[in-house]
Amino acid sequence: MILIGERINGLFRDVAEAIQAKNPEPIQRLAVTQTEAGATYLDINTGPAVADPAAVMPWLVKTVEEVVDTPLCIDAAKLPAIEAGLKAVTKSRPIINSTIAEREQLEKYLTMARDYGAYLIALTMNRRGVSRDAADRLAMAMEIVVTADELGFPVSDLFIDPLVLPVNVGQEHAVEVLETIRQIKTLADPPPRTVVGLSNVSQGCPHRLLLNRTFVSMAMGSGLDAAIADVFDTQLVETVAAGRVLLNKEIYSDAFLQSVKKRSPK
Amino acid sequence: MSFELHREKFPCRISEVEIGAGVAGNGQRFLQVGGASTLPFLSFDGPSGHLPVIGMEVWDVVPELWPAPLENIFGPVAGDPVEWARHCAQEWGAEFICLRLRGADPELNDASPEACATLARDVLDATGVPLVVLGCGNDAKDNVVLQKVSETCAGRRCLIGPVTSDNYRTIAAAAMVNGHLVIAQSPVDVNMQKQICVLLNDLGVPQTQIVMDPTTGGLGYGLEYTYSVMERVRLAALQGESSLALPMIVFCGFEAWRAKEAKTGPTDGVVQGVAWEALTAGTLLQAGADMVVMLHPEATRVVREHVKALAGGEMTL
Repeated sequence: MILIGERINGLFRDVAEAIQAKNPEPIQRLAVTQTEAGATYLDINTGPAVADPAAVMPWLVKTVEEVVDTPLCIDAAKLPAIEAGLKAVTKSRPIINSTIAEREQLEKYLTMARDYGAYLIALTMNRRGVSRDAADRLAMAMEIVVTADELGFPVSDLFIDPLVLPVNVGQEHAVEVLETIRQIKTLADPPPRTVVGLSNVSQGCPHRLLLNRTFVSMAMGSGLDAAIADVFDTQLVETVAAGRVLLNKEIYSDAFLQSVKKRSPK
Repeated sequence: MSFELHREKFPCRISEVEIGAGVAGNGQRFLQVGGASTLPFLSFDGPSGHLPVIGMEVWDVVPELWPAPLENIFGPVAGDPVEWARHCAQEWGAEFICLRLRGADPELNDASPEACATLARDVLDATGVPLVVLGCGNDAKDNVVLQKVSETCAGRRCLIGPVTSDNYRTIAAAAMVNGHLVIAQSPVDVNMQKQICVLLNDLGVPQTQIVMDPTTGGLGYGLEYTYSVMERVRLAALQGESSLALPMIVFCGFEAWRAKEAKTGPTDGVVQGVAWEALTAGTLLQAGADMVVMLHPEATRVVREHVKALAGGEMTL
């Protein structure tokens, strides 16, 4: 299970201020501490307040790569900002976050991912918005897989995001997302991978951490491959470690929690 | 139609460790072990690392009740471990010596840590090949003996142990400080093997200073358990289980000659014990053994030839 640390995002005030002041220190601290906490990737997002994300993204990438070897997840709403980020990456193979399942946009993003040797996150939504149920989500996942196949993009390099909604506004969605995760694995062989924006499930709710931890273990049981998540929640990281052991993805040892921690950032 | 070989590609690689270190002037040899990114001997799949190395075992006490084939060979040197070791290295081609400090056992000779350490250094100096040092199996005594051995042989990159998840701190710390490697032992159990490796990592022992001992079962006495565990450990390591991505050592001579079948059978022609020992080793080589510890010189020779043949050379029997 891939844990993508969500903290380097301009939506958080400390990151927004650091970007504004071009101050690398708070960003680099987040890169190191998230890696130490168990992040296997780091999401990088300039946030909505930046006038020109394409100008800021390369600085963010460089700032983070100066202090860690952790691979990056280049997260932006517009293609030029993502491309600027991809150009700046010098270390490991990045993930692009993300495209919607609209033919024209999919083609552009898949081509870009292929050209830069990146993985691609594709959301099961289109211009009409988020799908209602699992069937809707799967239909869009199928479109994503077919388009990738047509363009010669390896389906196993796709991460399909079935879109998690806050449980306080869309309670019926959680179970549909779990069903979608299960069924996406039947779409192709080798199958695409799946990812969720985990913290979305608890947006605006009390007991956020409990909801996140519970949902991640349910989703892992359904076959989830990756989550963009708050890795500073130690119990969440430990839940994922226990889940990996219970799913027989990692050999059990009494010290299984010790083996997820103490990952050195470099 | 052309035939294309299916290649198995694994994402990870077994760490490469170095045993033995040169001391100015005496031409001490060293060995490189591990480094595989394929299953054993499948060099067409990718880099299969260093070939397994074959060493021989030497005891610090004269073994009681030895079977005749061993008694006949080692009788003249068994009372003198240094001479015994020199024979192994110089006459019988042992690539390393494994010194088993049986005599340190309080129930046996209760040899002093100082005497054990001096013996280890004498063996090192006399043979010129890398040294593995095994304790007597009594945790409390091994802690003081192996600590002393570590200090006395500082900087010679010996492989010292075994350590288990119940007893590892003292020996591993002494080994680290003095530039040696440790043997991480588990009781034929994949989970326990991972446990001790994680604990050693936690203590700060680098991956280049650990060799795993999954505990050897001789032919007819648990060989298939050892085989399965080693195979599972190696496959998991190659697939990304980094705490298990380490070379493995097996003690074929010691285990094979404990079997009653090894001690019986015809004594003219092929000695059954030699075959028993060689078959135990040959099997475990396929499971991923990187260091094989033998007893009988003839079995040692057969296994060395076998490795050569598996690596693509000619086998001479």
